[in-house]
Amino acid sequence: MSAPLIEARGVGISFGGVRALDDVSFAARSGEVFSIIGPNGAGKTTLFNIVSGLYRPDCGKVLLAGEDVTALPPHLLAARGLSRTFQNLQIFFRMTALENVMVGRHLHEERSLLPTLFRLPSVLRQNRATRERARELLAFVGLERRAEDPAGALPYGALKRLEIARALAAEPSVLLLDEPAAGCNAVETEEIDRLIVTIAERGTAVVLVEHDMKLVMRISTRILVLNHGRMLAEGSPAEVRANAEVIAAYLGRHAAEAAHAAG
Amino acid sequence: MRLSARHATLLVLLAAFAALPFLLPSSFHLRVATLVWIQALAAVGLNLLMGLAGQVSLGHAGFFGIGAYAVALGPRHLGLDPLLSALVGLVVSGLLALVVGRPILRLRGHYLAVATLGLGILVWLVLNSEVALTGGPDGIQVPRLVLFGWRVAGAETWYWISGAFLLFGVWLALNLEDSPLGRALRALHDSEVAARVAGIDVARAKLLVFVIAAIYAAAAGSLLALFNRFITPQVADFLHSIELVTMVVIGGMGSTLGAIVGAAILTVLPQALTVFHDYEHAMLGLMIILFMIFLRQGIVPGLASLLPRRAVA
Repeated sequence: MSAPLIEARGVGISFGGVRALDDVSFAARSGEVFSIIGPNGAGKTTLFNIVSGLYRPDCGKVLLAGEDVTALPPHLLAARGLSRTFQNLQIFFRMTALENVMVGRHLHEERSLLPTLFRLPSVLRQNRATRERARELLAFVGLERRAEDPAGALPYGALKRLEIARALAAEPSVLLLDEPAAGCNAVETEEIDRLIVTIAERGTAVVLVEHDMKLVMRISTRILVLNHGRMLAEGSPAEVRANAEVIAAYLGRHAAEAAHAAG
Repeated sequence: MRLSARHATLLVLLAAFAALPFLLPSSFHLRVATLVWIQALAAVGLNLLMGLAGQVSLGHAGFFGIGAYAVALGPRHLGLDPLLSALVGLVVSGLLALVVGRPILRLRGHYLAVATLGLGILVWLVLNSEVALTGGPDGIQVPRLVLFGWRVAGAETWYWISGAFLLFGVWLALNLEDSPLGRALRALHDSEVAARVAGIDVARAKLLVFVIAAIYAAAAGSLLALFNRFITPQVADFLHSIELVTMVVIGGMGSTLGAIVGAAILTVLPQALTVFHDYEHAMLGLMIILFMIFLRQGIVPGLASLLPRRAVA
């Protein structure tokens, strides 16, 4: 098996004395869809915020392509190939859909001040290339017809896909998706499902937090279950589905016993 | 579509610039137009900070004052050429913004507003109270600009010079806007966290645009001092900072053309409203309130949204 692209080792963090995450580890490899599930408040988004550099963990390490990147700021993590989307949308609402994706190209653009101020031909060429690439990515997520619309005018499901396009614009080796299908209807969920599988097939390590269990079970290569900030189980979708503790955490003891009795 | 907005701004400005000398009846009017170009230069810079990046500065007249006093004090105390003094003013203004901006740009919203306010007041205090150096509240004479033996004088000459500077400043601002840095600034305006995740060094981008805006203000200050030949600490006072912010806001945040229109309104209206004598300031305040109520996005974006959709961007 190839070395993990992204890895968390024994990560823990407390907020005001409350242990939000305790000794959590996971590793995702190229081409993998690694899902993190768990009830509300299990610490999924907190784990994402640590891995993407928004929070500094109290203990533990984060490794990106084998290198220790714990508590590196997000823009430096981005430069090393880590990108993410957000559960509660973080869209540049005053910009067009196309410009949102163009921002995602930031790291791949030459940004010296003097050529910019004097609008040298190289800057114009680069703007054209960036716009071109952003259009391709909008087409990839099915938004090419909304390219010139202000992002604020797009419906919720489209914004979810816009965030994915913007994250992909950075050409990440690791992509963290925080509830990409939340609030989407069945058709939109299926589109996102296809997108994620394609992204992983192209060699990106996809780490997914998602509440839609059907989606998770369908596309994940492996699943980590969190509960109250701790690791409850880890394994393939089939293993996780059969795990009694997981069923209990999700449905309550009573239902777990019923499921067991039903065989 | 953005490209057309960019060209529209340059064309409108160029047309106004070329036409005004034929339309304005007297050198007094040309002097007012010159003041508009100078204030607009500062407002265009401030718009990059406020309109594009969404960072407030309530002390921008401080940088304006540094530029203005540089051309007054450089020749007097250091024997420098006025032009070289202006250049020193730009550098000092930019360096001050760089040093002060690093800690205060961490602040957001009201806190940033108060911190920049303090910076502006500090500059004004120094200009006002260091009487031996600056002449204090009575103001100070500025030597005439002489370029290669040519004594730069006359309303029309200054009209063309300040207009050329504004045109150049607008061109640079539009170039900045349509670049990775411009997109980064607009992005962090809407979501800093998403901007950071996209690889943007938010602290650095804010600092850069703060320094750029400070240099614009200093350039405008130097122009005013050279044109007016006499300045007082009023160029750096709080009221002037508020005027600059108001220009950006009523013209339309994020619109370069808006900043110029805002500067024109705030410079021309007080002259036109003198017919109201004692009620001049009340009328000015009333008109600003009305603009804000009926054109909330600002004059230029507000009017542009009334035009057919494809004609503007």
